[in-house]
Amino acid sequence: MKELRNFVDKIKPNFEKGGKFSKLHSTFDAFETFLFVPKTVTNKGAHIRDCIDMKRVMIVVVVALMPALLFGMYNVGLQHFRAFGDVAAASDILGCFWFGLLKVLPIIIVSYVVGLGIEFAFAQSRGHELSEGFLVSGMLIPLVMPVDVPLWMVAVSTAFAVIIGKEVFGGSGMNIFNPALLARAFVFFAYTPFISGEKVWVADITSSKGEGLVDGFSGATPLTAISEAATAGAKSFDWGTLPMDSLIGTIPGSIGETSFIAIMIGAAILLYTGVASWKIMLSVFAGGYLMGVLFNLIGGDVYMDMPAYYHLLLGGFAFGAVFMATDPVTSAQTCVGKYIYGFLIGAIAVLTRVVNPGYPEGMMLSILLLNALAPLIDHYVVEANIRRRNRRVKIAK
Amino acid sequence: MGKKEKEPMFSAKNLKLLTSPFNQDNPVVVQMLGICSALAVTAKLKPAFVMALSVIVVTAFANLIMSLLRNTIPSRIRIIVQLVVIAALVILVDQVLKAYVYDVSKQLSVFVGLIITNCIIMGRVEAFALANKPWPSFIDGIGNGIGYGLILVAIAFFRELLGAGTLWGYQVIPQALYDLGYANNGLMLLPPMALVIIGAIIWVQRSFNKNLIEK
Repeated sequence: MKELRNFVDKIKPNFEKGGKFSKLHSTFDAFETFLFVPKTVTNKGAHIRDCIDMKRVMIVVVVALMPALLFGMYNVGLQHFRAFGDVAAASDILGCFWFGLLKVLPIIIVSYVVGLGIEFAFAQSRGHELSEGFLVSGMLIPLVMPVDVPLWMVAVSTAFAVIIGKEVFGGSGMNIFNPALLARAFVFFAYTPFISGEKVWVADITSSKGEGLVDGFSGATPLTAISEAATAGAKSFDWGTLPMDSLIGTIPGSIGETSFIAIMIGAAILLYTGVASWKIMLSVFAGGYLMGVLFNLIGGDVYMDMPAYYHLLLGGFAFGAVFMATDPVTSAQTCVGKYIYGFLIGAIAVLTRVVNPGYPEGMMLSILLLNALAPLIDHYVVEANIRRRNRRVKIAK
Repeated sequence: MGKKEKEPMFSAKNLKLLTSPFNQDNPVVVQMLGICSALAVTAKLKPAFVMALSVIVVTAFANLIMSLLRNTIPSRIRIIVQLVVIAALVILVDQVLKAYVYDVSKQLSVFVGLIITNCIIMGRVEAFALANKPWPSFIDGIGNGIGYGLILVAIAFFRELLGAGTLWGYQVIPQALYDLGYANNGLMLLPPMALVIIGAIIWVQRSFNKNLIEK
């Protein structure tokens, strides 16, 4: 550790003003502060500085994503071997994990290389510090993609999300929309066949042209299956072991979204360290659950009759609630605002799922919509507070 | 008051009227006018080009006619007169399109009629033609029409190329690329992407014209 510090100190003058590589100052600065907590001392205003700076916070989120990522890798292998009828391989946990690792790693690498490349380029050309936001976005993007997504689409959507979603607004902390969800929305609308339907959620179905699949195999996510059954007017739906499977996560879906338990471990890390807001998380689940209960009361088709808590287990609901909705930049900032924001995300996500057969997964669009509305919610919460206090002043007079 | 010397037809001033809307004073990316139709008709190059031509014709002649009439119209009723003139011109354009390029006219559908409400035309008539002589007004109309058309064609170029892999209806992106796994970008065919492209054009334009950057 000490040697590293010495080395960094030795090469530092080269990157400062007038040094040999002064043009690369922000790049050097990024690496230095990544390795060591900077010694910057505030010289005006607040003098207390938490050593937990942005980079450290981001790392906590990345750590919290690890359970979902590792389980996602295992599940990629599991789904693949099950689909192709290889029972022996499917029961081999390490084999499944290894298969998934080889599938998922390229997506992660592409996402980080493209995203960080653009961030570095912008930081260099604008001469400011490299922003840390992409450390998390770069991990979130692979986790919300289907495993069979072509790598160039990951690259294009990451570039779109970073440039149009973030840099044009002024970089990290200025973005209106969650960059990772923007990347997913871009793929969803631009290359729809590659991120919806039945062929993309399990590895290698597209490339093998469906040969060697087990009889009666359907690669649809549970949400699509239920949505289709409801649209077709089915009287009942065979839930089977679905609730248990989705709790553990052995169902087809985007890489990181399937396992409720793994996501909850991440949630526990985020809440314990205080990085994410429990108010938002709780109210998203409450909103989704109450909306589900409301549909249960209305009834009508199999989707509406689905037990309300299934909504929280299935699809990207938990993942969105824990990692996407709680993004400190794009969520509401006021306390009351957070409850409203979270509740609406949950409610609208379930509403979209049940009512609109075109979008079996409503979480992505729901969060993006509320991202856009968050400043408005905050505005009215603040206004209401001002009005209330004004009234109090009048009464006191 | 001596006899005023006749200004040449393409004096430096008139040329500036013609060329300044191309870049420095572009109606779409600087004045932010006519965005609605720029989103609506730019999914393909051909309709965008026809739309651009139509708008050039209508702006030029609306400016010319209003400039000729400018001293005879009471200012209280000028808006309604402008509307009559513009509407008449748009109907003429619509008829010509229906007669000669029926398929494009079908694609443009209601947007030809909506040229009447295009803010650029009203804007130029109000801001320029009512206060200037016919010939400069005519030039100004052509200039602004072209300025609008340039942006329209640029947007349509990217949208058709990336969204459908074609240009002017002809396949440009080779089949070999599709076999390699390339896919058309469906988002390009949706109007929101046109807005993003306008934004990108504005970005590029501002980085070349620093004086346009708002403080």
